[in-house]
Order: sequence, then C-alpha cells, then structure tokens
Amino acid sequence: MFDSTIFLSSTLNGITMGAVYALIALGLTLVYGVLHIINFAHGACLMIALYGVYALWVLLGVDPYAALPIMIGLMFVLGYLLQRFVINRAGHTKDERVLLLTLGLSIVLENLALIFFHSDTRVVETSYSLQTIQLGQVMLSAPKFFAFWGALGVSAMMLGIMKWTNLGRAIRAVAKERTGAKLMGIDVEHVYAMSFGIGLACLGAAACFLLPAYYVNPSVGNGFIFVSFTIVVLGGMGSFVGALLGGLLIGVIESLGGLYLGESLGQVGIFIVFVSFLIFRPQGMFGSKA
Amino acid sequence: MRDIKLIALFAILIATLPFLTNSGVILNFVVMALYASLLAQSWNILGGYSGQFSFGNAVFFGTGAYIQAIAQMQFSMNAWNALLLALCASACVGLFVGSVSFRYGLKGSYFALVTLAMAEIFRILSLSVNFTGGGVGLMLPLNSSFAGMQFVQKSGYVWLILSLVCAALLITSFTKHSKLGAYMQAVRDNEDAAKALGINPFSVKLVAISLCSVVMGAGGAIYVQLFQYIDPSIAYGPQSSVEALVAAIVGGVGTLWGPIIGATALLLMSELTRNLFGQIPGINMVIYGFVLVFIVLFAPAGLTGLGVSVRTLFSRPNNTNSTKDVDDADDLKGRDAENGEKGTDRANLKKSTNSPKFSDTQVTPFTSPTIGGK
Repeated sequence: MFDSTIFLSSTLNGITMGAVYALIALGLTLVYGVLHIINFAHGACLMIALYGVYALWVLLGVDPYAALPIMIGLMFVLGYLLQRFVINRAGHTKDERVLLLTLGLSIVLENLALIFFHSDTRVVETSYSLQTIQLGQVMLSAPKFFAFWGALGVSAMMLGIMKWTNLGRAIRAVAKERTGAKLMGIDVEHVYAMSFGIGLACLGAAACFLLPAYYVNPSVGNGFIFVSFTIVVLGGMGSFVGALLGGLLIGVIESLGGLYLGESLGQVGIFIVFVSFLIFRPQGMFGSKA
Repeated sequence: MRDIKLIALFAILIATLPFLTNSGVILNFVVMALYASLLAQSWNILGGYSGQFSFGNAVFFGTGAYIQAIAQMQFSMNAWNALLLALCASACVGLFVGSVSFRYGLKGSYFALVTLAMAEIFRILSLSVNFTGGGVGLMLPLNSSFAGMQFVQKSGYVWLILSLVCAALLITSFTKHSKLGAYMQAVRDNEDAAKALGINPFSVKLVAISLCSVVMGAGGAIYVQLFQYIDPSIAYGPQSSVEALVAAIVGGVGTLWGPIIGATALLLMSELTRNLFGQIPGINMVIYGFVLVFIVLFAPAGLTGLGVSVRTLFSRPNNTNSTKDVDDADDLKGRDAENGEKGTDRANLKKSTNSPKFSDTQVTPFTSPTIGGK
C-alpha cells in the first residue's frame, strides 16, 4: 500500500506547486498587510493574468517564460489603477465593504472572460511541456521544476524590494503606522496603489510559471482563492515568511490529500486547515496578533 | 403593526394576481421574484439586522434542497413533511456553523470567509458521498399534486412561495420590533457596548443565524420543488449565496422591504439584459457585478435608501463633523480634491455624498439603522 517512490514524487509535486501558491499568497498577504483589506478578486486577477499569458502566446508567439517581464508590468499597472480609482473609493474603515466590492469585481472579471474567451479550458503547449527531469528516483515534469525555482526567485526578489529599497521601506512604514508615515511625507495613497500593484504583479509572474504546466478557463481563479486565503491565514495575515512556508505546506497537503483521499475529497484537507486555523489560531503560525 | 398591515396588503395583492392574468410570462416572473426575495430576506436577517455578513448562505440552501429531495425520494415522505424536515435540518446546520464561528469570536471578513469555506466543505462532501447522488445529482420524480407540492398551474407556486415570503417578512418584522431584534441591532451596531449592557452576543447571533438558515433552507427546498433537480454545485456552489447577498444589498440591508425590492429589480434587470443582448453567456453576471460595485461605492443604503438619502440631504443641511477620526477626514479630503478637478455633474453628486453630513452613511454603510429604517 505505502509506496515510498509515489509518496516522494507526490510530495515533490506538492512542493513545486506550493512554491507557486506561495507566490500567489505573497501578493495577497502584502495587500492585506499594508491596506488591511481582503482582496476577494485575487483569484479573478490571476485568471486575467493567465489569459494574458495565453493571449501573448497565441497572438504574438511569446513564450510563457519570456512573457514574465511583460506580465509583471501589465499586472502591476492594472493593480495600481484598480486600487487608485476603484477600491480606494470604498475607504479602509469597514472591511466587509471592500470584501463586497472585490466580490463584485471578481464577478465582473470572471464573466468578462467568459464573454471573450468562452468557457473552454485552454492550455499552452510548448516544446518543453511534456519533458521530465530525473531527480534521484523521482521524475518531475520540466515546467513544474522551472516553476518552482522561478517562483522562489521572484519571491526572493520581492522580499529584497521590501527590505532594501526606499519603496519597500515606505510600504513597511505605511503598514505599521499610517498616520506616522504620512507625517514623514510619504504619499500614502501612492504607497497603497504601489502595494496593490506589486500584489498583482506577483500574480503576473505566477501566471507565467503556472500556465505551461496548468490550464486556464474563466473560473480557474476560484480554485486559487481558497488556497491562497488558507496560506495567508496559516502563515499569519501580513507575514511574508509565513506565506512562503504556508504555501509549500499547503502544496504538500493538497498533493498528499489527493493521493490518499482521492481527487475530489482530497481538497477537503485545505478547507479544514483553513477553518480550524481561523477558529483556533487566527494569528497563524508566525503572526503575533489576531 | 403598520408592518403587518403592509405585509397583509402585499400578500393579498400578489395572491389575487393569478386570478387577474393567465400570462405565463408574468406569473413566472412573479414566482422567480418571490423565490429570489426569499433568499435575499434570509441574508437580510443575519447580515442586515445582526451585522454578520455571510458569504456562504449556500450551506443552508443546499442542505434544505438536499433534505427536501432525499426525504421524498429515499424515504418516500410527503413533500410537506419533507419541507418541515428540510427546515429543521438547515436550522441545525445554521446552529452548527454559528456556534463554531461565533464561539471563537469570528467577525467581519473572517466570518464571511468561514461561511464560504463551510459551503465548499459541504460541496466537496456532497460530491463524495452516495446518498446525494454525487456529481450526477438527484432528479425528483414528477408528481403533480398537492401532496407532491408540484403544480401544473404556476398559480400554485405563486401561493406556495408567497406564503413562505410572507412568513419571512413576519420573521423580519419581528426581528425589527421585538426585544430580541433590539438585541440583534445592538450587537450589529456595537458589539462591545451591547455586551457591556448585559446582552450575550453569542446567543443573539446564534438565534439570528438559525432564523437566517431556516429561511434559506426553505429557499433551497423550493428550488427543488420548482426545478425537480439538484446537484452539488447548484446546492453548495456560490451562486445562491451571491444571489441572496447581492439582492439584499442592492435593495437595502436592514430594511423590511429592501430585499424584496432588490430581488425584483435585479430579476427585472436580468430579464431586460437577456432581451437586449440575447444569449451571450455571462453578460448578465457582468451587469450583476457592476451593480454590486456601484451600490457598494455610491449607494451603500441600497435602493430603498436612495429616496430617504435624498430627503435627508435637503432636510438637514448642516451637521457636525466631530465624530470622525483622522483617517476618514483624510479620505474625504483626498476624494473631494479629485472630484473638484472634474467639475461634472457626477462629481458634484459624489461630492455631496462625501460631504460631512453623509459621512456616517459613507463610513459605516451597513450599520446605520436610521437610513432605511424609518
């Protein structure tokens, strides 16, 4: 019954997927940590990014990995504008209100995609889509291998930006003490929009790594909303390290759950982790306050 | 008392409709509007009067629907007894979800996310167990009789759903005027203050969620009786949760008639878009989403609040600005500056909604009972 090779390869698969989850969750946790809002449209934005990569591939023949800088730029601009001109108007006082607003946005985005791309599931078939890489006894598909390192690389880059640049310092200042940051001459509205932009840029990068090994359809984002919420709650709202580790952990839980409980029932694991963490330890593994 | 008279008037008006017209289009519209009103009213009891925003009302809807179908198909129960059982089952699920999330003090967005996750857990479970028929779903056999709660004439459905909607209206009216309702609204407006006055927020919220789940479960049971089919994604998918929530918010949360008005307006709108744009998939929902965004941003008191909002605008020209904290003042200033540049009618309109006398509705849109209540 228990086969160590299958277990190992499943775990490895989970970790690679988990790295992409972590990148997606980083975007969500950044937005939460700085703006104190829960972006329910995160999954829908990922879907838009996936369609962006797909469109670049079909229309211009751009390889998904080469599309990385384009997608990061596009999603950043989208996020900046979205925050500055739409979400900002709901204010930051009542969080349910922003949740409703972003729910409305995700309904709009999802159904716009349905109108323009129809409900067909689409894939990108590159020359390396079906290649595998041998790691010891375990075979791993090449796109997943690249996705793992790519996602880790982009995450590291983002953490670097947060730590060592002036923008990162400004973002951290606003996250900690909004009024104080304002008194120091930081343009808070700009920083909010920049954070939202960076949050979506993470999705742009994740989409480039995801698509060669995954698919896209208008409702693909739904699957990721909960996974990324779970990771953010697990790691502690607003914690970057938590999001990274939580992402890897959830990837493994999902993969092993699918292996031992079956494809559909296996997903229950994620939701149970989500609900029990929210109830028993809402501050997450690394958060300090609820 | 005035509410009860109005409800009676409403019941008589709608109930006589099948005698006045035979048009299938009109009766079908009335049936669907009443059905949507039922879902919206359920959300309103919990979200509007107790301030707990649920994103996963589908968990009650689906339970009601499944029990209604399973009781009839596998235990060959009478449809009316099945309905009773379905209501009890949804109430139990409501108590479970409520006791789990309220005991640990989940509030605001966290409560919303937990209810959503609960609906997903139920959806996955109903896909994986046998007695729900799995992904294939359950098909209720045709049995057009009173005992089977299926009617050849649409008028039967009109009266059936109308009676449920009226029951929901009476529950809401009770919620509005009773002592318990006052507790609920106190918890909604300021939980800590309510606690300090000796109210137990946990039990108050628990009553609210069980009322909400009973009404939502009735909606699910009605769905099965109307369409004779249920599967996991209809039952526990986000569709019914979103329908209930959007209709209530568009109509005006925390008001008796808001959900009915919102549900009817949205249904009318979706019929119109269907006529205008034909069968483009999704166009309907795009407009749905836009309406939600628009209402949240510009008319947080909903449709029923619009008239009152305009009236207050003229009757109370001056008000103080003292209760606001620094953050809100900043927000308002920033937005006013933006609007000032444009100078269009729309900007003026928005400017007026942003002005101090409206700040209460702007900042805490869903918690100000004075807007739609009086």
